Amino acid sequence: MNKQRRSFLRNSMAGSLVAVSVASGLLTPSRVLAGAWPQAAFDSKSVKDAMMGLLGTEKFEETSQIKLRTPDIAENGSVVPVTVKTKITGVESISVFALENARPLAISADMSAKARPVLATRIKLGKTSKVVALVRANGKLFGATKTIKVTLGGCGG
Amino acid sequence: MAKKKLKVRASGKKGYAVVKAILFHPMETGLRKSKETGQIIPAHYIQEVSIKHQDAEVMQVNMGIAVSKNPYLSVEIDGAAKGDKISIGWKDNLGESASTDVTVS
Repeated sequence: MNKQRRSFLRNSMAGSLVAVSVASGLLTPSRVLAGAWPQAAFDSKSVKDAMMGLLGTEKFEETSQIKLRTPDIAENGSVVPVTVKTKITGVESISVFALENARPLAISADMSAKARPVLATRIKLGKTSKVVALVRANGKLFGATKTIKVTLGGCGG
Repeated sequence: MAKKKLKVRASGKKGYAVVKAILFHPMETGLRKSKETGQIIPAHYIQEVSIKHQDAEVMQVNMGIAVSKNPYLSVEIDGAAKGDKISIGWKDNLGESASTDVTVS
């Protein structure tokens, strides 16, 4: 709790857009299922802003409980299969960040109790990048990181 | 409907169902330039995908521009049995939407 308050204060001083949205209650971490699309988080160009905007924190606990299955080398960066699976119970959301992308936040799924904590999709990677899967469960944030080597970028240009 | 906008299959397992979906969509990032004109191609991408089981929302997936063209999703729903209704719908940043219902088989 206190930690959140600290980072809140720090961000208010920086006067960032994300902090403003958090302050106005638009993006509070306890967002209910089927809330509005988190515009600020998806528009963020920095990983920190994206994580802060979506989850209200950028600190997470690295854990082996999350299985992040991706190829080690992606020949085509425009279609990179990513599977996140975890044994953690009480999962509220799963999100995937591609740290080197122009907009790091790729996908985020809010889950009800009936959804099993599994998410498989395909994402674009602009270049070789670390990919982080974050799982929020019981108010805590867990993560797993993997580096994917891209031989051909997927964001065009 | 001229073009199919999504394809969903739900298969029942013991105590849960696996739902696989392909949403047909260009997923344009808004960062790409057209080769012919040099103009930036405007962003056009799916933002929200809602997955329902028997009309109760199970999951809401928010997507950004980093999701691949024609997004593929695979999720699992606890307690979904054969014959249950699964609905999937998406909405993009230009206000277009599509949805479909399937029966768990």
